[in-house]
This record gives sequence, C-alpha cells and structure tokens, in this order.
Amino acid sequence: MEYRKDYFTDARREDLTEVGVTRRRSDVLGHVTGKTQYYADRNFAGLLHLKMVRSPHHHARIKSIDTSKALKVPGVLRVLTAKDVPQNIYTILCLIQVEPNDEPVLAFDKVRYRGEQVAAVLADSEVAARAGAGRVKVVYEELPAVFDVEEALKPGAPLVNEYHGRNYFTYEGHHCRRVRFGNVDEGLAAADHVIEEMYQSSPIEHAPTETTGCIVVPDQNDRYTCYSNTQALYFTLAVGGGFGGKVDVITEPIAFLSAMLTKRPVKYEYTREEEMQVSSPRAAERIYIKDGLSRDGRILARKVRLYVDAGAYSRHSPYGTTKAAAHMPGPYTIPHVSVDCHCVYTNRTPSSAMRGFGVTIGDFALEVQMDKLARLIGMDPMEFRILNAYRDGDMKAHHKQVEGAALIECVKAASDLAHWPLAERCKAMSSEKREA
Amino acid sequence: MAKKRGRGMAAVNYPTGMNLGGDPSQALVHATTTGSFIVTLSSVDLGQGLKTVMAQICAETLGVPTENVIIDTADTDTGPHCMGTFASRGTHRIGNAIIMAAKEAKSVMLEVAAEELEVDSGDLQTDGAGNIHVKGSPQKSISVFNTALAAHFKHGKTISGRGIFLQPRSYPEPETGKMTPATCYAHACTVAEVEVDTETGEVRVLSLKSAYEVGRALNPRMVEQQIIGGAWMGLSHALYETTEPYYPDRSHGPVDFNQYLMPGPGDLPEFENVVIERPAADGPYGAKGVGEMTANSPIPAIANAIFDAVGVRVDSLPITPEKVLRGIQALNARAPY
Amino acid sequence: MTKVAVQFTLNDEEQNEFVDSGSTLLAVLRGKLGLYSTKAGCHQGSCGACTVIIDGEPRLSCLTLAQRCTGRMITTIEGLTRDGALHPLQQAFMEGFAAQCGFCTPGMILAAKSLLDRNQSPSRDDVIDAISGNICRCTGYEPIIAAVLAAAEQMRAEMKKSA
Repeated sequence: MEYRKDYFTDARREDLTEVGVTRRRSDVLGHVTGKTQYYADRNFAGLLHLKMVRSPHHHARIKSIDTSKALKVPGVLRVLTAKDVPQNIYTILCLIQVEPNDEPVLAFDKVRYRGEQVAAVLADSEVAARAGAGRVKVVYEELPAVFDVEEALKPGAPLVNEYHGRNYFTYEGHHCRRVRFGNVDEGLAAADHVIEEMYQSSPIEHAPTETTGCIVVPDQNDRYTCYSNTQALYFTLAVGGGFGGKVDVITEPIAFLSAMLTKRPVKYEYTREEEMQVSSPRAAERIYIKDGLSRDGRILARKVRLYVDAGAYSRHSPYGTTKAAAHMPGPYTIPHVSVDCHCVYTNRTPSSAMRGFGVTIGDFALEVQMDKLARLIGMDPMEFRILNAYRDGDMKAHHKQVEGAALIECVKAASDLAHWPLAERCKAMSSEKREA
Repeated sequence: MAKKRGRGMAAVNYPTGMNLGGDPSQALVHATTTGSFIVTLSSVDLGQGLKTVMAQICAETLGVPTENVIIDTADTDTGPHCMGTFASRGTHRIGNAIIMAAKEAKSVMLEVAAEELEVDSGDLQTDGAGNIHVKGSPQKSISVFNTALAAHFKHGKTISGRGIFLQPRSYPEPETGKMTPATCYAHACTVAEVEVDTETGEVRVLSLKSAYEVGRALNPRMVEQQIIGGAWMGLSHALYETTEPYYPDRSHGPVDFNQYLMPGPGDLPEFENVVIERPAADGPYGAKGVGEMTANSPIPAIANAIFDAVGVRVDSLPITPEKVLRGIQALNARAPY
Repeated sequence: MTKVAVQFTLNDEEQNEFVDSGSTLLAVLRGKLGLYSTKAGCHQGSCGACTVIIDGEPRLSCLTLAQRCTGRMITTIEGLTRDGALHPLQQAFMEGFAAQCGFCTPGMILAAKSLLDRNQSPSRDDVIDAISGNICRCTGYEPIIAAVLAAAEQMRAEMKKSA
C-alpha cells in the first residue's frame, strides 16, 4: 500500500511515534495458536441448549400453542412461550431513540415473518432441544402477506405491524425522512437533460464465520453473566466477525429469561441456516434517482426516492433510513435537492445494520447514475466526478457546510494508480478551494 | 462469442460515527505499580483490530511504547459505557475518549516524576521509550517504571484518568432535513477492470485499484486489511450475494455456504491501493473511520465496468450471469448483426 | 445413548475415550477434550472452520464420526506449536496480517499445513486449491495466500540451512 503524501502535506503531523506506524495486532498470537476465546469456547456444568420454534408462515395469526408433546421428549426441561415473558417487548432501540418498540421477544398474537420466534425449547442436549422443538404444535391461521415495498404502501395492503398502524415508520409526522435543499422542480426545469432511473438490491447476509449466539450463566446473588458475541455490549469476548449483524442483541433477551427461570446456564446459538435466513440481513433497497443535467456537465438538480425494506420490525432500519437520507445526493455539490427516504414494513425477516449501513446500496445507485450521466453528455467519468465534487465551504443538501473534503484528491490518485488519463483542468482542481 | 474487457470507476464518501451523534463512549486509564497502563473499556473488538489501535492511541498520548499498554474490553461490570462497535465509530469515539483519559493520567505521572526529580512538571517530557526527562536535558531522567512505583508506594497517588467522547445528538428538522449527521467523512475512489464472457454472462473482476483518504492511517497494515477485505466484500456483493435470489419473492433462500455464494480465493482480482491523509479536526490524531466504507466503491465501479465491456446496464444487485446474459441478448435483439 | 470406545493419536498423545455413538469428532474435540481451537461455523461441512488433519489429509471434523477415527493420527492447531515455538505458517499469518477476527484461522492454517507437508514448493494455484474449502469473511483471502507462500519459502530456506 502506497502513501500519497503530496496531498494535504501541511496538514499531517510528522512527530507521532506510536500511531501512523504498523504494529503487530495484539490479538493475532491468540488467533494463530487457536487460543483466542470466543463466546462458545466455554463449558458450563448443567448447560441447557435453547432451540427456537419458528414461524413457517410469512404472516399468520397464532390460534394455539401446544407444548405437551415437546415436554415429554427426554431431556427437555421447559418450553417458553409468550406467556412466560413478563415484559414481552424488545426495548433495545430506545437507546438510539427508535420508537415505538414494535417487536415481541416471543410472538403472541401473530407472526409477521417466516422464521419469527414463537417458542423456546430448553433441554439438556442440543439433540433433545431440536427434537422438542419439532414437537411443539402451533396452530396458525394464515393471513395475506405483503413483500414489495411499494405494494406495502398502497391503500388496502395487509397491515404488517400493528405497533405502527401503517406499513411505514413515521418521522416526526412525515411518512418518510425528508431532505429539501433549493428548489428541485426549478432545477429540473432549467436542465438540458433530465433522466430518471431505478435501482434495486436484494437482502444480503453478513455471513460471519461464527454465527450469532450467547451463553447466559446465573451467578451467585441473583446476578447473571452473559457471554455474547454482540457488537454492542450496552445495547454484553472476541467476536468471529460482525459486519453489523451482531448489533441487534437478539439472542440475549430470551437466553437471559431462560437462565432466570431455570437457574441454569443457557446457550442460544444460531445454526448456519438461522444465520442465513433469520438473522437480520442488509435491507433490500429500491432507489429512484431523477437528475437534471446541464450540457456542460453540471448536475443542477437531484430528486431521490428511496425505499428501505425493513421487514416486519424496525430493528435499526429507521435509523439507517435517516442515514441514507443524510448521505444523499452523494459527495457532490448540487444546488437543488429533494430526498424522500421511506422505511417500509413488509412480511420478511427484519433487516438491520450491515457494513456501510444506509450508504452501500445508495452508493451503488448514485455511482451507476453518475456513470450514465457522464456518458450521456460524452464526458470522461472521472472528470465528471471532479467537476461536481463537493469542496470545503460548499453547502450540503442537509444544510451543513462541507469541511475536510478529499474526493477530488481520491479521484486524481485513482487515475494515477489505474493510468486513467485525466483532463488537464481536473489536475489543477482541489477540495480545499474553488478555482476562480 | 467472446470475452470482453471493460473498465469503470466510482467515487464515494463515508460518515464517521453514529449518524446524528448522541453515542457516548468512555475509557478509564490507570497505571500498574510497574508502569504498565491498563485501558478499561466496554467496547468490542469484532476482529477489525480495535484493541491494537486503541493501545497505539493511548501509548502515543502518554508517550510510552505501545507494548506497555493493555486494553481490557467487553465487560459491563468493570468497564464504563460504550455505545458499541458499529457505524465506523470505534476508532473515532473510543480513540478520543482514550486520549482524554490518557492526558489526565499523564499529568499525574508527570507531577510524580517532577517531585522525584525536583523540577517543575511543565519542564518534563516523555521519550516514548519508557522514560521521563527534563526538556533539553535527557540525562535528568526517571523511568516510567520508577515513577509508577513512587506514585504507589511513596506519594500515595493514582496515575489514572477518565475519558469520554460525546458528539452531541443532532435532531433533524422534519421539513427540510437540516441536520448534522457526522463531523468528518472519509473518501475513496475505485477503478475496476472486468472481463465478461458474452456466452455465459459470467463476470471476472481482473483488478480493483483504489485510493482512500482516511484522515490518518493509525496502523497502516490494518488499514490495508480493511481495504482489501472490504474490496473483496464489495466484489461479492456486486456479483454474488443475496439471501433472496428472487426478491421480492421469498422462495429459494440459501441456507448454507453452498447456496449463499461468495467469491473464493480463486476468484480474486489484483488489488492495488493508495492512501491519502487529510486529518480530521476532531479525529484521534486525525483518524476517520474506514472499516465499513471499503465495500462501497467497488460495487458501482464493477457495474460500470460491465457496461463498458458489453454495453449492458444491470441496475439491480447482485449482477448475476443470468442478468448480464439477458442484457446481452436484449442488445443483440435490438441490433442484430 | 450407546457409548463407543475410540482410540486415536491427538497431537502425538494417545487418547482413549468413551463417546456417544454417532458423535462427531468436532463434538469430541470441543466437548470432551476441551480443544476449543477447532471452531464450529456451520455443522454442515460448508465453512471449513473445523478443519483438522487426519493421517496427513485435511478433514472436516463436523462431518467426521469420532468412532471412525480409531487408530488414526489427528492434528489440531495445538499440535503445531512445539515447545512454544510457532510453526512457520503461524509466524507468516502473524507477520502477514492474514487474520482479522481469527475464527477461520486455525482451520485455514491446518488446511495449508496439510498442503505444505505434501508439497514444499506450492504454486499460488496450489495454495488456492488447498484453502478453497475454508471460508474467510474478513480478509479477502489475498493476505492468507501470501502468508502460505511466505511460509513455504521460509520452510524451504530452513531445510536448506539444516541440510
């Protein structure tokens, strides 16, 4: 990896000795000798295994739950259902001010996605827990389900989540997170070219090599220790890859309750299949971008309509949707911007944070759109980025002045690296000031 | 039928820290009797190497070698509050909390050293190698080891410090979206080169060349780990990954690594990277968060390169061979030759 | 549950255990012998985190029945460190920044060791083949390939020196 110290040369401190230099990772000796301890690398006497009974339906009313056959399986100690959960609501998100709480720990009235937690089987062994889970009989009445974000917003669509009363998260009285800057209609009217495009992504799994899980152990004096691989303790060892997927703290509440009720250590570990299909993925997004472009390569207006598929419950999606809105219209200075970002509920696995939360899919849409715009007017795509790049002192669409910009320098350095010829006028441009 | 090559690029920025702020992290620093320093956190190292970088930041601030700093993480009973390791906030938020705590600890350490050397603490400096000496006269010196011993057993002082970093919460204006989502942004530009098989629609990424502006690379090899690992993940997102291949249809969801596709070690492009540093005013030694964003620019760069190669726009992820092939067929149907 | 006797050599030590009939080698290593270095990433043979070496070959311990291991020589990552000295592969992974979260690392190193035991001068493609059953979600594989090649070179140099 090379350094380009010819950019921002005066801004760098040269007197640092411990930072700015490569040091061996402090954890790597443990990794290469296999001594690093992950949450599951502990053995507790009397450990119980928790297996979850999950909804086979996308949307259904729970008519009855019969646990009697499961309890007869040798080794099964207890089966927890919603009535065993004293405060049956997932409240973690109040810390980041995402409210209302909209998700039960165990489903009670209905299930809102395939894979939702319905009953927790506690047994001496994994085998017994799995066998028990197979014998819990749940009677459902199937309900119509909705899977498409724009379908979900239409009148008459099945209501996914009663906590919200509608299929979208409400932002201070608005049906979406809005950003308004300049007058986008005027900007579009003044443009030489107007193009509107649609971009779509599908849900993506974090796929850490270590699946999500925890062990909760009762200590003396009514305290409990939770060994967890969560990324966010205060929302709980080493973690075998996170990428955002372990920020939800979703296995811990029911494992805690199980340990409290049984007074025994309880392990709740997602199988690989659960990790793939039940753990929160990166949300699917649908993004419409409508741009007004001048003949000489300036973007005059950008109108963005973005839908985040939150799935059945909020998790971190309302937060991520606001982050997506703040990120628009990308690292460019555009005089007229309008952004509507919708956080939409559908009958699928709740999505949540993943590496680049709120930004990764937006960047895909923005940067493919930029390529289309550049080609439309026959301009080199690097030159087009540099021409429209934000610079220090510019105003962003969310009404915040740009500081510390460095997009132009990155494009220039990438052009050198890839031997991509760059127009002379671009080489003279800088993020720190605008040329006269 | 042929293999066609193309090149595409993309440029991005990425905010450091929890969107809109309001996400405190704390750090406690104390010296042992023998002059090692323990940093107590409730932060989680996901594998990105948080602990290593935090030790470097603490060592830099104290003026001691990194080996003399131990990072103790992840226990809510013994560590002070941390919001968590996400949103590219670890280096920035926790790093700033450690600087604050280490500065307080350092001032006590220098006071004790000053008493031992019978000088003014303002005249003292650390040498980064485990000693404290009078500025300009390195021979008038005491080791950190002896200073810590003296603090404990002679002066009855605790060489310790408390730190917290909080970016105050910003509340977006509902009508206009006026807000402060983040205080600093990292930047990147990626050039992708691909080869598309026009018979199968398969895409092979030949190279990913990126320039990253990261504020300050606190541990350069670890920054490189993030850039290469992220570029691989970006390639994977672009061409392979999804839990719902027929979205919004819920069927055919993969349940294991045989069905959930990711590029293997045989599918790697050539990676080449450069780093630019424009220190962030509020970053710890100027650093910004760089771990998350590294998957972002490769995705559109690859999509644009595919268009450059075969003239097909696939505007939905992942860009599967089926989509590419259908695009090529549609082009051929429109312009038969 | 029926118990069966198994007897194998684990990192040069004789092991005699009564295990549940049908239990996997992975379950025995972790649950009975306390060797937690062997990781469970999928329990279905698709991630490679549980790789161990059996009679010189890399094997998935989550798909290997413990009772089929009688009479065999098994190596886990603990078997690589002799008298505190790291194996060149372990050294190369450390110096080459070839690990991040570390969860795939023991299996990855064992898959590579099995290659280097057979082939002292592997090509890049040989290394890729050898680690293709092991999933890493952090590193992008490039530093791992480089570390295995560096270790091979180091081992050849050591052999030349001792020859």
